[in-house]
Amino acid sequence: MKKIFALSQKDGRPMYLQIMEQIKQLVAQGDWAQGEKVPSIRELAVATSVSVITVKRAYQELEREGVLVTQQGIGSFVANNENLNDLIIHNEIDKHLKQALSHAGNYGISVTDLKKRLQQLSEQKESDNE
Amino acid sequence: MNDKAFEMIDVSRQYEHFSLQSISLHLDQGGIMGLIGPNGAGKSTLISILMGLVSADCGDVTVLGHRIPAFQVLAKSDIGYVSEDMRLYKNATLDWHMEFIRKVFPEKWDKQYADKLLTEFDLIPNQKMKGMSHGQRVKAGLLLILARHPRLLILDEPTTGLDPVARKEVNNQLMAVLADDSRSILFSSHNTRDVEQLSDHITFIDRGQIVNSDDKETFIEKWRRVRLTVDGKHNITMNTHIKEVVEIGQTLSLVIHDCNDQVLADLTDRGGHIQQVEYMSLEEIFVAEVETKRQRRTS
Repeated sequence: MKKIFALSQKDGRPMYLQIMEQIKQLVAQGDWAQGEKVPSIRELAVATSVSVITVKRAYQELEREGVLVTQQGIGSFVANNENLNDLIIHNEIDKHLKQALSHAGNYGISVTDLKKRLQQLSEQKESDNE
Repeated sequence: MNDKAFEMIDVSRQYEHFSLQSISLHLDQGGIMGLIGPNGAGKSTLISILMGLVSADCGDVTVLGHRIPAFQVLAKSDIGYVSEDMRLYKNATLDWHMEFIRKVFPEKWDKQYADKLLTEFDLIPNQKMKGMSHGQRVKAGLLLILARHPRLLILDEPTTGLDPVARKEVNNQLMAVLADDSRSILFSSHNTRDVEQLSDHITFIDRGQIVNSDDKETFIEKWRRVRLTVDGKHNITMNTHIKEVVEIGQTLSLVIHDCNDQVLADLTDRGGHIQQVEYMSLEEIFVAEVETKRQRRTS
């Protein structure tokens, strides 16, 4: 199996998150087509020189997010879901937004103010781009 | 059918100035376990007991279904042991050694695999051992072991003293071994990076005792470093979750065990503004685990 992932030990996040992210990217880009069989956990572990349990963890989380489905004894597949791309993108964005929400909470910023702030940032970016 | 690569139950060994105390540990077949500990923690003693080189004072040891040391001969044909002082003849070539091992293990020696490893490790068959660099010798030793497909590989500090390129070559070959899910690997290291990348299971050992042994992902999930700011007053101190508090002016850096939303909410309640919650490296986790264990022992 050729190398398909670029994993970094300097990236502060755990390896399984990096693997998840890259698999989602492959799916979102259509490199791994819907319904297509994906490498077994062991195959992927060997190909990336990352431990089996790490890849297993990534697959389990991806199943939970509805990106992969595993059929016992047969293997794992990219989920057959027309909205998969949207699902992946929404999940990613939601993660960041949730983080922003919790930070805002810590600073005592209300959701209304947060929305305003977001609007301002977006306008600022637009004017920067002009 | 025994599906454990090895199992130790309540194994102890007493020396004059060091003792290995009630070690219970096992590795499932197809798994890879990293044994991490400071120098003198007992890693090599533990491995020597598994190999039947040192006998335990008490406890049960089973390797590949064979009781050790009684049936070590049966177990050993399926174990590949690589240590720093591989007994290689310095005046003989790598080719000579390959031929030697082939004669000892005629049914197990895989010539194709050996040739493949020669290429991948970038070794020269007719080079004498004494002319090889440390890295080449380590790779040569590993080749001689791998090419007979042992079911359990035991590696004592396999990557110590290797340059980054050689380390990657060795690590890749170790993972390739695991493509066959009936083969298992136990390796000791104080290079936590190698252990972090390759291992399914991690066992921390310190002062002759197991500090903790678990899935790697469980370790990584349990520990967090939290940076927060406080405005003057706060009552954030060490407790069952907070294992370390470093205060620099208005900023606190905490090491937290079993981190969850409740723990973080509690920090906010106690006057902290959370800035950052980050994962810790295996090295930091190791230190935190050892310190926690040592604190528990003294308190």
